[in-house]
Amino acid sequence: MLSGIGNMAWLGSATLFILSLRGLSHPASARRGNLFGICGMAIAVLATLLVTGGAGLEIALGAALVGGGIGAVLARRVEMTQMPQLVAVLHSFVGLAAALIAFANFLSPAAAMSAVERGIHDTEIYVGAFIGTVTFSGSIVAFLKLQGTLGGKPLVLPGRHFMNAVALAVCIVLGYVFVSAPEGPYALAALGAMCAIAAALGVHLVMAIGGADMPVVVSMLNSYSGWAAAATGFMLDNDLLVTTGALVGSSGAILSYIMCRAMNRSFVSVILGGFGATAGTASAAPQGEVVATSVEEVSTLLRDAAEVVIVPGYGMAVAQAQSTISEITRRLRAQGVRVRFGIHPVAGRLPGHMNVLLAEAKVPYDIVLEMDEINEDFTSTDVVLVIGANDIVNPGAQEDAGSPIAGMPVLEVWKARTVVVSKRSMATGYAGVDNPLFYKENTRMLFGDAKGSVDALLRQLETA
Amino acid sequence: MAMTIAVPREAFENERRVAATPESVAQLIKLGYEVEIEAGAGEQASYGDDAYRTAGACVVEDALELWANADIVLKVRPPSIEEALRLRSGATLISFIWPAQSGALLDVLATRDATVLAMDCVPRISRAQKLDALSSMANMAGYRAVIEAAQHFGRIFTGQITAAGKMPPAKVLVIGAGVAGLAAIGAARGLGAIVRAFDTRPEVGQQIESMGAEFLSVDVEEEGGGGGGYAKVMSAKFIEAEMALFKAQASEVDIIVTTALIPGKPAPRLIDAEMVACMRAGSVIVDMAAEQGGNCELTRAGEVVQAHGVTVIGYTDLPSRMANQSSQLYATNLRHLLTDLTPLKDGEIKLDMDDVVQRGTTVMAHGKLCWPAPPVPTAAVAPSTPASGAKGSQAAADGASPDAAAARGRSAWPLVALVLAAVLLLALGAVAPPAFVAHFTVFVLAVFVGYQVVWNVTPSLHTPLMSVTNAISGIIVIGALLHPNGAATATVVSVLAGVALVVATINIAGGFLVTQRMLKMFQRT
Repeated sequence: MLSGIGNMAWLGSATLFILSLRGLSHPASARRGNLFGICGMAIAVLATLLVTGGAGLEIALGAALVGGGIGAVLARRVEMTQMPQLVAVLHSFVGLAAALIAFANFLSPAAAMSAVERGIHDTEIYVGAFIGTVTFSGSIVAFLKLQGTLGGKPLVLPGRHFMNAVALAVCIVLGYVFVSAPEGPYALAALGAMCAIAAALGVHLVMAIGGADMPVVVSMLNSYSGWAAAATGFMLDNDLLVTTGALVGSSGAILSYIMCRAMNRSFVSVILGGFGATAGTASAAPQGEVVATSVEEVSTLLRDAAEVVIVPGYGMAVAQAQSTISEITRRLRAQGVRVRFGIHPVAGRLPGHMNVLLAEAKVPYDIVLEMDEINEDFTSTDVVLVIGANDIVNPGAQEDAGSPIAGMPVLEVWKARTVVVSKRSMATGYAGVDNPLFYKENTRMLFGDAKGSVDALLRQLETA
Repeated sequence: MAMTIAVPREAFENERRVAATPESVAQLIKLGYEVEIEAGAGEQASYGDDAYRTAGACVVEDALELWANADIVLKVRPPSIEEALRLRSGATLISFIWPAQSGALLDVLATRDATVLAMDCVPRISRAQKLDALSSMANMAGYRAVIEAAQHFGRIFTGQITAAGKMPPAKVLVIGAGVAGLAAIGAARGLGAIVRAFDTRPEVGQQIESMGAEFLSVDVEEEGGGGGGYAKVMSAKFIEAEMALFKAQASEVDIIVTTALIPGKPAPRLIDAEMVACMRAGSVIVDMAAEQGGNCELTRAGEVVQAHGVTVIGYTDLPSRMANQSSQLYATNLRHLLTDLTPLKDGEIKLDMDDVVQRGTTVMAHGKLCWPAPPVPTAAVAPSTPASGAKGSQAAADGASPDAAAARGRSAWPLVALVLAAVLLLALGAVAPPAFVAHFTVFVLAVFVGYQVVWNVTPSLHTPLMSVTNAISGIIVIGALLHPNGAATATVVSVLAGVALVVATINIAGGFLVTQRMLKMFQRT
């Protein structure tokens, strides 16, 4: 009876999780959605304790205290600019937990099963441990890269695809050894060896991917962590884990897909990595001249404009310029200038990262628009302010078929009357492509550190 | 030795502009020059002699003395022959020259060993925009054209509905969307009129629309760009379609502003007497090409004529009618040129004939005619491309064909994969226990639910989506909780499960709390 109640409660949790994701369809309902998620989690844990008859309650309480405490501190302390790192490290925890549970499950005495059932069960353990380990090691590397401990440059080893394929093949062979003789002396060794190889594979996969492709990698790892949970669910015959894992897995997969589409690159090419290191110089060098401008001139431009669009990129996050930009926005709006933000799907190092940074800086979310919502409006815009963005505003993507980023959807800022680009130097962006935008007649370059430039701009707007 | 710049009064009839303003004089003095200005030179442009004195210029009463003293003369209109003869030998003259039509003047200037820079010959490239006096004057003229039209138009521009009746908005057609045309569009829009504009160059359509006017075009495929921002002569077929369009428009619009010019040719005849006749009585045509023969058949240069109840304005001095503003712009263009000519700021002109802008502007150097200048490529010289660039493009071209072949091969793959997956799943179903099949059903359905739900998430909440999915993937705790359930379990299992429990709980707490924190920050206005 207890397990029947537990199963129903789990179904309730799964429903609440679905509602939780549903709530995120709009900022207004999002907080309620998060509460649904918390309720669902609480119900799931209570129901599990009910099913196990309270066994392991002490461990559970202890773990909840320690883990909950650490989690709460992390959540409170983290800077919004560090969200990508936090998300990456949380993925690694899911991967680690999945791998550990697979081991625990393997080491626990099994109930009586038929041969086929046994085979499937062991396969589930093996697959769960594999996905868990890849997620774990991959996420750790992603974390280190985002943190800056490891360089953003992709590590391109000779014959890396071949190495990955060999690693995968060895894992399959070991899997056969493991499943065919689970009671045999080599089973545990095979499982352990597979985990070591999987860990190396995870490290290598993520090492090969460049800094600005991180949004794809992080969402891919998000997806993996979901599949790891689902595999655990199969292993433990638990539908709640299967459902939740599938939800998370498809969520991550969709995010990866959105990111890839926003870069006009196939998922496979991103995952195989190496982009940025081998980017060709096939495109013609842009023609025209770069016209530099001053803070005074930009401030006059902004004050005299009726429509302003600000396009932030990763450079804004690096320079921590968002709160000054928010203040500039507030000032201009008070003077009757219509200010909006245009966000490219891959701006930043995490899907939606720019939105969170701007929200933290108290920019109202209803003036922060997506690329598709704002691209039509650039023709009627007086001034576009591009801060710390490069590839996402590169007209070469549309005009130059030879460009490495040809076909990538970009914000069509050059259609505005004037474009001001705040940039440290003429260096190229992540894709290593020269940006013809800088040479357009209606473009003005505001050279200097993003934070310094916007601070000076704000002072200028205050005094004028 | 600092050179002396002289600014004489414009002698041409009805010319109110002046080549320097007090502001530009101050800047020229900063460059190291001495500035002399003829008494009353700026009077008609509302710049008094005292203002020039305050700025540091020396006001000279006698024109002959002024010319005799000058190393550099700044003027607006080309000098008359008489004036040219006053120029000191070896001096520099900077003004509009129109070398194509001023052969006699150039001959006289050559006898004076003069160096002549023509403001109408500034190359039209982006670097030279700040010197581009043609553009700044065209801008003024375009604005003034609309103001003149309004002056002669018996009705208002903006539509109104009042107790005394309805007033429809004026309809304005602008032909030729160069600098003057765009300025005219802006001015007419500013007064509240409905504006349409035509140009043979399709690429200016966007600029026309950005000014708030409707872009009219004809359905004949032909590029009208003739280089240097000017139009070229079009084919007969195109002109026919164009004329039909103008005829249709003439009966609809109240005001036509024509700005069509083709360099080195008389202005194209766009509006014939028949079209004028079909305009409503009281309509106005402003022909900005009057000086080059006019776009309208009835135009008389410098005059306002009435025909079929339509006023045809052929003023050729539109910028001069805005003397104060035009002088300011022109003086600034001159000042920018002199800044480029005085790299050391020592009051000495250094003409750099290797510089495309200075070369293009110079029509005579020390009495030797050097016009026309070699053509400037429209786009500036490209930065040198590294050799690898060429190689790269070669590689890209080579890479293209195998890619295409691969794409063709790949198209069959999804089907193969699908069939293979179906066979595998059916085989699995044949041997797998019912529990597995049930879980698998749930799994597949959940993937679809997730797919539907996540596509609905607004992109601005993708970061919270990631953190909340992080939190709920912490559900893996129940996997850990289901484990330490037998007293007989080895400690190692308990430890493994315990560690899993701790890290998964970090996920749950951290994920939900940070999501909550982020969502709180999302505020409306």
